[in-house]
Amino acid sequence: MSIKVLMPALSPTMEKGNLTRWLKAEGDTVKSGDVIAEIETDKATMEVEAADEGTLGKILVPAGTNDVPVNEIIALIAEEGEDPTSLTAGASAPAAPAIASAAPPAAASAPPSAAASPGNIVAFPQSTEKPARRFASPLARRLATQNKLDLALVTGSGPHGRIVAADVNAALAAGTAKAAPAAAVAPLPKPTLTDAIVKQYFAPDSFDEVPHEAMRKAIARRLVEAKTTIPHFYLTIECEIDALLKLRGELNGAAPKAKDGTPAYKLSVNDMIVKALALALIDVPNANVTFLENTMLKHHHADVAVAVAIPDGLITPVLKRADLMPLSVISNTMKDYAARAKQRRLKPQEYEGGVSAVSNLGMFGIKEFSAIINPPQSSILAVGAGEARPVVRKGEIVPATLLGVTLSCDHRAVDGATGAELLAAFKHHIETPLTLLGI
Amino acid sequence: MASVYDVIVIGGGPGGYVAAIRAAQLGLKTAVVEREHLGGICLNWGCIPTKALLRSAEIFHFAQHAKDYGLRIEGKVGYDTEAVKDRSRKISAQLNAGVGFLLKKNKVDVIWGEAQLAKPGEVKVAKSSKPAHQPQAAVPKGILGEGTYQAKHIVVATGARPRLLPGLEPDGKLIWTYFEAMMPDAMPKSLIVVGSGAIGVEFASFYRDFGADVTLIEVLPRILPAEDAEIAGLAHKRFEKRGIKILTGTKIVKAEKSAEGIVATAEAADGKSLQLKAERLISAVGVTGNIENLGLENLGVKTERGTIVTDGFGRTNVAGIYAIGDVAGPPMLAHKAEHEGVICVEAIAGGHPHPLDRDMIPGCTYCNPQIASVGLTEEKAKAAGYKLKVGRFPFIGNGKAIALGEPEGLTKTIFDAATGRLLGAHMIGAEVTELIQGFVVAMNCETTEAELINTIFPHPTLSETMHESVLDAYGRAIHI
Repeated sequence: MSIKVLMPALSPTMEKGNLTRWLKAEGDTVKSGDVIAEIETDKATMEVEAADEGTLGKILVPAGTNDVPVNEIIALIAEEGEDPTSLTAGASAPAAPAIASAAPPAAASAPPSAAASPGNIVAFPQSTEKPARRFASPLARRLATQNKLDLALVTGSGPHGRIVAADVNAALAAGTAKAAPAAAVAPLPKPTLTDAIVKQYFAPDSFDEVPHEAMRKAIARRLVEAKTTIPHFYLTIECEIDALLKLRGELNGAAPKAKDGTPAYKLSVNDMIVKALALALIDVPNANVTFLENTMLKHHHADVAVAVAIPDGLITPVLKRADLMPLSVISNTMKDYAARAKQRRLKPQEYEGGVSAVSNLGMFGIKEFSAIINPPQSSILAVGAGEARPVVRKGEIVPATLLGVTLSCDHRAVDGATGAELLAAFKHHIETPLTLLGI
Repeated sequence: MASVYDVIVIGGGPGGYVAAIRAAQLGLKTAVVEREHLGGICLNWGCIPTKALLRSAEIFHFAQHAKDYGLRIEGKVGYDTEAVKDRSRKISAQLNAGVGFLLKKNKVDVIWGEAQLAKPGEVKVAKSSKPAHQPQAAVPKGILGEGTYQAKHIVVATGARPRLLPGLEPDGKLIWTYFEAMMPDAMPKSLIVVGSGAIGVEFASFYRDFGADVTLIEVLPRILPAEDAEIAGLAHKRFEKRGIKILTGTKIVKAEKSAEGIVATAEAADGKSLQLKAERLISAVGVTGNIENLGLENLGVKTERGTIVTDGFGRTNVAGIYAIGDVAGPPMLAHKAEHEGVICVEAIAGGHPHPLDRDMIPGCTYCNPQIASVGLTEEKAKAAGYKLKVGRFPFIGNGKAIALGEPEGLTKTIFDAATGRLLGAHMIGAEVTELIQGFVVAMNCETTEAELINTIFPHPTLSETMHESVLDAYGRAIHI
């Protein structure tokens, strides 16, 4: 019996991904741990490892295939003694274990042999009765587009599981598969401007038209969902950061240096802001929450996401238990995350979740702004630029460096007073920066 | 014969023998019961021999019009009725033998005789009570004879025969069905054809090409009632131009035989009575299923209007009894029968074939000019509530058609305006029976206009009219 390689779920919410590249060809011998393919989700590019050995008999989903559903058979591996050229999807054991696992791409960060190492996610096959491919007839595709129906959720009854018009009509009649899950939460009003109309506003040769990447689509979908389903409210406060800047200088100056002169850490203001927010969340437990349909999750630790701008998009890796992390760890982890985010090499578990987030546009001189909450988080802190300004203290005008921050809160989870409490606690940690060092 | 067959197919016509071969391919132990000729009507007395005759007529027509092509034929172009018939019979005989070979190759047993369903799972085969039409192909070698045979599944594929109108019962001399029309003792000088379906217009066309005065009579308001009205209208004009007299809305009330031939009394749409004289009359008012003498009644197999009632997989209301092809209802076409046969045995073998989609069965009529169609006519599509985009492209705009000297024709396509689905395609003109499959494939693949527009059709071919017709439906035809 051949072994099926299934499209792995890189995260619990992943429904489909793009198969960007095969690193092994049909007929190649594969060992457990060999990277056989690369998969791209809307957030990251991941590698798929073989968890068994044999000969890659048949590639069922060619490189460059977009929107491959999770658990679809993407390849078949022939076991010893099996003719790899004779494999068919139907002939393999329906209960064969899924062997695709997503491994961190950097070889240094995970031992390649460990198919079941903690960082890996093993895809489990669900129903192998499902048709293997997402082929759809032209008419089926058009009907799906016209009715905003997600073909990935339609079962094809045509030859080789091809989705035919009758399947789309049946799905429409049954009311299933209507739009992507995100949109199902809140059906979006139809845009009154069609693409064609919008394009007419510009001279035909005055622009380049670039198709959306998966990430752009994800950003659009998630933020529309956030802005239309989350009742946002905003709280703004100013913090004096002179003490914080002074402490940062001292800490960075005291960083132990390696032989080549590289310091062990180099804290940024943002690293300290992250830590301050994490501690504030612990101080105000009612703000350290996740809103669910019927319950509220009250967290014991503070998972803080940090927005990282990357070419053509953005991503928010999450510092898990940031409240427990020393500043140096926060700083170095963020440097690693940022570097890998730019290569789109973050693992889903590194960017999913979070309770609150920090979005910092201070480096652009932005004085103050409001951010959109990224679900399932319940708040986000928008950080502007630190600015030297005169302040009145004890009747005296004195210079101070002020940092304006705006907290966006999900009112379903965090009420006004709770949000204000959180912001006050944050301000306290910023203005008393020694608290960031932990006692 | 103690052994039990998985499948016994009753009838070795295009539905039956194809079903049997497919069953054998699927590993089922299979037999075919045939009482007269392997290949059925299609191959012996229908599709194939008529095509052979029509080819003779076509070449005769070309020879008479040689000078249109810059050719000169010295002397008078004539024909030899016997040789024309003989050619047609030989072609049937060749294919008949071919079917025997195919069955043997696939290890399908052939049981010679007339079958009766004794009880579920049992077929009694007796000597045929039906006198065979002559000339008849030889009985194949290595056949099994009369007796009782057991089968887990019995597929009735007994076909159909000409429907008879009271007063127009064929006598084999003056009043013909397609059997006699295929075997004329001499080419009649005048002929009445009753019924303007495919069989009627093909014989009208054939005998007109051989110089007969042909009167085509149709009781409905137009000829070719199953075809798109626009195409039928064009055919009507072309037939009249070729000298065929057409009377629509007209029915034969009486046909009297005399020494000179037939004197028919007809009643026109307006109630007026008219007299028609002709040497011969062909009754081509359709066919009716062969459901008699099979024992269907005893088993309680449900029939309706002369055909056996089946589901999409050939299953009748009685478990283990199936019906396919003409006997299972219209359209009574060989390719429909073949397809039903395959679907039926695949389902028997435990497969999951798709049920027959009646809107995707093409139809071909080999009159001059040829007619071919698939899917909904414009009238039916409108009646079904579709908003339509209809494209038309005349053959006069096609280089190949002009080069062939066949500039009269039309390719018409009908799309659902909302989805771009190809609902129907209708063609009239040279070689359209060979072209229609392009649209059939397109419909089966559920293409929209976009894929057809993006398809490169080879130049110079008549198929370019198909492309242009699609373009026209979307307001972008190039050559008109």
